[in-house]
Amino acid sequence: MDWGPLILTFQLALVTTTILLLISIPLALWLVNSRSKIKPVIETLVSMPLVLPPTVLGFYFLIAFSPSNAFGHFLDQYLGLKLVFSFGGLVVASVIYSLPFMVHPIQSGLSGLSPSLTEAAYVLGKSRLQTLLRVQLPNIKSSLLTGVILAFAHTVGEFGVVLMIGGSIPGQTKVASIAIYEEVEAMNYAAANFYSIVLFIITFLILLLVYTSNGGYIKRLWK
Amino acid sequence: MIKLDLHKRLHSAEGEMNLAVDITIERGEFVCLYGESGAGKTSILRMMAGLMLPDHGTIEVAGRSWYNAQPGTNLSPQERHLGMVFQDYALFPHMTVRENLEFALKKHQHNDVIQHLIEIVGLGSLQDRKPETLSGGQKQRVAIARALVPRPSILLLDEPLSALDNKIRIQLQDYLLALHREFELTTILISHDLSEIFKLAQRVIHIRQGQVIRQGTPSDLFIDQEVSGKFKFAGEVVAIEAQEVLYIITVLIQSQMVKVVAEASEVSRLKIGDQVIVASKAFNPLIYKIEA
Repeated sequence: MDWGPLILTFQLALVTTTILLLISIPLALWLVNSRSKIKPVIETLVSMPLVLPPTVLGFYFLIAFSPSNAFGHFLDQYLGLKLVFSFGGLVVASVIYSLPFMVHPIQSGLSGLSPSLTEAAYVLGKSRLQTLLRVQLPNIKSSLLTGVILAFAHTVGEFGVVLMIGGSIPGQTKVASIAIYEEVEAMNYAAANFYSIVLFIITFLILLLVYTSNGGYIKRLWK
Repeated sequence: MIKLDLHKRLHSAEGEMNLAVDITIERGEFVCLYGESGAGKTSILRMMAGLMLPDHGTIEVAGRSWYNAQPGTNLSPQERHLGMVFQDYALFPHMTVRENLEFALKKHQHNDVIQHLIEIVGLGSLQDRKPETLSGGQKQRVAIARALVPRPSILLLDEPLSALDNKIRIQLQDYLLALHREFELTTILISHDLSEIFKLAQRVIHIRQGQVIRQGTPSDLFIDQEVSGKFKFAGEVVAIEAQEVLYIITVLIQSQMVKVVAEASEVSRLKIGDQVIVASKAFNPLIYKIEA
């Protein structure tokens, strides 16, 4: 059996989730605190991947990143980035595609904290960064965990975006969901079943982890 | 010395209100802001702490400008170095009592102040507990101790004792007085409770609808007729009983019930729940030594 597509899938999910975590914390913080007029627009954009067919997203990425267009040409020429049919392109697309799954839990965690906690830290002379790292984030651990796991699982499950922008280059962009599709097309049901069952079990375990940990089961077992 | 000249348009439940106050507080004073809820007291504290921006005006503390709308000075809450106790205590839930206090240490500050504060407010046996396991009074002691760790010279208290029962309140009032003296604080307290104000405050500032309507000592403000009593205690009427020709009024003074005889004319103005002053004038009280 070829484990390549599965390994690639989890590499992609890991890189995507790490980048998402770093982007989503400041973005969620801004969404919670901002009274800016463009806030609803940003919120809408963040949520768009929830409702838009992934192929729409993939189609526009394909157009935008294509070296024959100005933006793609710029990336290729000046930054040496080829985002069409490459792992890098998949990462960028996955980050945007899974953004709401990371931002929403963090945003609701932060807005659920009493504002007096951050105010108390400020009055005690602590900077915004110190307050974020030592007061806000430690108190929304379960939201962070939910965000990490949902973003990871969602990236594992993506298909349309990858199909549009990644193609199916083994070791580069041929992730498990694409491999399943191709094996089915080739009537190779045993291989399709192998990829499917591994994905099924792993995503089941991941989601089970979210619900047990947020329900406090793990915490109770730990003690 | 603290000079406040604050103007702010506030949006409250009862509609818009213009807050406009001009207050001067001496160094070392214990001042109480008194008034109905929604009068703007909390907003004044928040503006002092830098958590709310006034529309215009000035805040000057010990000759230094903290806020001035004209040149646009506005120190951040971090730069004001004051202590504040929030109405909901604002203890960090993921830290133990001791960690809450340690978090408040300034850079390079020696941590012996923590041990000292833990002793003063009697938190020794609770220092490894998380806030969620503490009672209201215990949380309040942690909040007060934490506010004092960085050794501020000004302490702001937003109705710190209102949610506590009488006995714990009185104990906390004693802690507050002791800390006010020991740390040489200028303390500004929001309170509705008259007996608390009489016990703690040197000066009361009565605020109504965003304006200072009166200020003075507690007796100046709350006792209509001049009583040159030797003994004066504020309390609350808990019972009025008719006895033949006279009435017996039971007054709760701090945690003690005191019975006072009154005439029908006096009783007619009183009802249960009234805040009153009990004063002795003509008689010389007896003094007994308490034998230990």
